[in-house]
Amino acid sequence: MGAGHAHRLYRRGDSPVHTLPPHTKLAAAFLFVLVVVSTPREAVWAFAVYAVLLAVVARLARVPARFLLRRLLIEVPFVAFAVLMPFVAEGERVHVLGLSLSVNGLWGAWNVLAKGTLGVAASVLLAATTELRQLLLGLERLKLPPLLVQIASFMIRYGDVITDEMRRMRIARASRGFEARGVRHWGVLAKSAGALFIRSYERGERVHLAMVSRGYAGSMPVIEEATASPAQWRLALALPCSALVVCLLGWTL
Amino acid sequence: MHVPDGFIDAPTSAVTGVVAAGALAVSLRGARRELDERTAPLAGLVAAFIFAVQMLNFPVAAGTSGHLLGGALAAILVGPYTGVLCVSVVLLMQGVLFADGGLTALGVNITDMALVTTVVSYAVFRALLAVLPRGRRSVTVASFVAAFLSVPAAAVAFTLVYAVGGTTDVSMGKVATAMIGVHVLIGVGEAVITALTVGAVIAVRPDLVHGARGLRQRLRLRVAGELVDAPVGTPAPAARASRRGLWAGGLAASLVLAGFVSFYASANPDGLEKVAHDRGIDTKEKEHASAGSPLAGYGVADVSDQRLSGGLAGVIGVGVTVVAGSAVFWAVRGRRGEDASPVDSGL
Repeated sequence: MGAGHAHRLYRRGDSPVHTLPPHTKLAAAFLFVLVVVSTPREAVWAFAVYAVLLAVVARLARVPARFLLRRLLIEVPFVAFAVLMPFVAEGERVHVLGLSLSVNGLWGAWNVLAKGTLGVAASVLLAATTELRQLLLGLERLKLPPLLVQIASFMIRYGDVITDEMRRMRIARASRGFEARGVRHWGVLAKSAGALFIRSYERGERVHLAMVSRGYAGSMPVIEEATASPAQWRLALALPCSALVVCLLGWTL
Repeated sequence: MHVPDGFIDAPTSAVTGVVAAGALAVSLRGARRELDERTAPLAGLVAAFIFAVQMLNFPVAAGTSGHLLGGALAAILVGPYTGVLCVSVVLLMQGVLFADGGLTALGVNITDMALVTTVVSYAVFRALLAVLPRGRRSVTVASFVAAFLSVPAAAVAFTLVYAVGGTTDVSMGKVATAMIGVHVLIGVGEAVITALTVGAVIAVRPDLVHGARGLRQRLRLRVAGELVDAPVGTPAPAARASRRGLWAGGLAASLVLAGFVSFYASANPDGLEKVAHDRGIDTKEKEHASAGSPLAGYGVADVSDQRLSGGLAGVIGVGVTVVAGSAVFWAVRGRRGEDASPVDSGL
């Protein structure tokens, strides 16, 4: 998660998905994932339909498949966990290629892999079609506490600054011949982390003073109001609603 | 350790979501008390710091490296409320922006990684500071132990959540052994780095370390060639000493108890395992295991490690209990303090 990620994540565009108000997209993504998670794992076909639904959204948003697949790599640590499951889970066992695998564990692994991948794909699509600022605005519209949204926006805005500061410290260390090779060098790295904290904190104090001198009194001014028409809500909620139909079918069939 | 979607079932995710929302509401109010109207920029910058420091790689050996989780560090540096808030914001942004951790698993992730780590580490930290002599070294030692316990505590919390709402029935003993075993190792790294970092900050700006506020030198004035303490509301030293003894005794007793009780408790197989044994499921599994499964050696390692993990769980349990008690204590004391001496706090 380098500093540049925050910019590479968003793909500029003017597709119907891009122009939707942020809070409708956030709500749609969240509801979609919720529906996916509550689908029974035995309904294998339902997950295929979900994947098709997401592919349709990606197509509408003109997000290339390669971009989406590369971003899915973030899931890899949990894939490892899922691969272990058939070996350690309880219950009746089957033999595949000379390995003793738990049936229950196989279902569990499938469950985690399918739902996790769909969840990651939904979040990646959301982040790829929504600008950072818009995303924060959307969170505020969805009635997250304003203070929390402010903190998040400061974190996002200054994240790059702080990471750059860390990078400069690394370059400074490297240019003095330091190379971290093992546990013995933790002291130096920890001192850098400490210095980074002090710099971040002091910057926070300066930012606060600058804000106060510009008339800040606890809340940020609202520059643009994010509003959504019923038609936009309908378009955004089409995804979770169709997913819900699939989910209900999955429970009944 | 970011939990993805589908790992924990929907009802449990909803419950942990409610817990996380409650924790956020409490910590928003608490952070406003810790930082007053500077909350937004300062907490935001500290969150950015935690986000950045999680990317700082600490080489271990032979090409492997680890990184800081930051819950304990945040709690010690900026206080428990702001700590919970900052780590939660980091997790929220990682979930929404970077698809790191599922959207429906946000509640689990915040409860586990923001709430449990911060609260356990801060409680252990305060308890140790109350016991240890005043000084910089004590702060370092306390932050070492606090950070060390916070990571397995998160693993225990995750195991509990998994026991309630896991989507696969892996036996709890195995999950607990694997999770706690790995996280004890991670905890050692976390502890060393946290202690070193806190030490580095204390060396430069001790006033910034929330956990080291008691260390601050009192203002002394030279009056007629003699050093005199500046008139500040001073706490009664006698009461403090006796309380320290009480703290030490209580903590030692409960740690010993937790260790012993859990040792005997985990020496016996639990109900589920016993049922499995009686039903013969167990023997079938053993037979398969010895039939050439790559995990044949698991059973032995399982038993010998379970005592350790049980004892550890007990110690962490003490930590959690200390939190609950201290929370009530501090709430009551804080209110009483406000009522009694509004002038002192102004100074």
